[in-house]
Amino acid sequence: MTIGLGHYLSVGAILFTLGILGIFLNRKNIIVILMSIELVLLAVNINLVAFSTFLGDLVGQVFALLVLTVAAAEAAIGLAVLVVYFRNRGSIAVEDVNLMKG
Amino acid sequence: MILTALFFYLFAGVCVASAVMVIASRNPVHSVLFLILAFVNAAGLFILMGAEFLGMILIVVYVGAVAVLFLFVIMMLDVDFAELREGFLEYLPFGLVVGAIFLAELLLVGGGWVINPDVAKSISSAIPANVSNTEALGLVLYTKYIHYFQIAGMVLLVAMIGAIVLTLRHKVSVKRQDINVQNARTPELAMSVRKVAVGQGLQDTDAPEWVK
Repeated sequence: MTIGLGHYLSVGAILFTLGILGIFLNRKNIIVILMSIELVLLAVNINLVAFSTFLGDLVGQVFALLVLTVAAAEAAIGLAVLVVYFRNRGSIAVEDVNLMKG
Repeated sequence: MILTALFFYLFAGVCVASAVMVIASRNPVHSVLFLILAFVNAAGLFILMGAEFLGMILIVVYVGAVAVLFLFVIMMLDVDFAELREGFLEYLPFGLVVGAIFLAELLLVGGGWVINPDVAKSISSAIPANVSNTEALGLVLYTKYIHYFQIAGMVLLVAMIGAIVLTLRHKVSVKRQDINVQNARTPELAMSVRKVAVGQGLQDTDAPEWVK
């Protein structure tokens, strides 16, 4: 019943997959897409911390701290863009994002 | 040992279940609340692994800041979320196929993977034995990895300035104090002496430019 590195990596893999799945399932709702991205980053953090503690190297935790910072910054900027977009268009549906005809 | 395993399965199970609910729930507010649950349980996993500081930071940053930001935006925007949910079942098979491929690949990597025996030689900052996790992290973060720390601070600064610049808006209808205009006013600009004809009063056309 010992919990090893593989157990934590499995949790990370499942969370990562759920994040990817969430991006596909909620293709119209950009808020849930942002939340799915947060889940993916959380899975990455779990992987980094698992390797860090099981190999006895602190660098993984330092790097996890950086990933946390970037995730927070990304959420702030993403939601700010969302608010500005909603002010201009009155909707946040991903399909309506076609002003640049991309 | 059995207690550790028990807590691992508790935290991992609740974390995965709430992650499923994040992507599957109908109401985005519920999604955010399940996201908070997932993060709290992930913090539990971190503490179980021995990374207490990151576990606490996860709660402070994600639950205290990011999740509240999500909640704030969801409640501020007047959006019909039921409409955004259309097509959920349409994308489900495709999403499941992609997710299954991803999971299979990750599990294959996880199954066929071994630790390099030389990895012990390449450890650059080993976890010290008799100090707490927070102290150990601080000892390397502010000395050896000070540049990473400062870059993280720059990232946060840029994000803060960017968010403010994006969402700030100047309303034309709001009157604001302009110190330069106030200081530039002279008696000649602000006052004028008029000769008023008897019985006619002051005409609007006589008024100086700043009155109109």
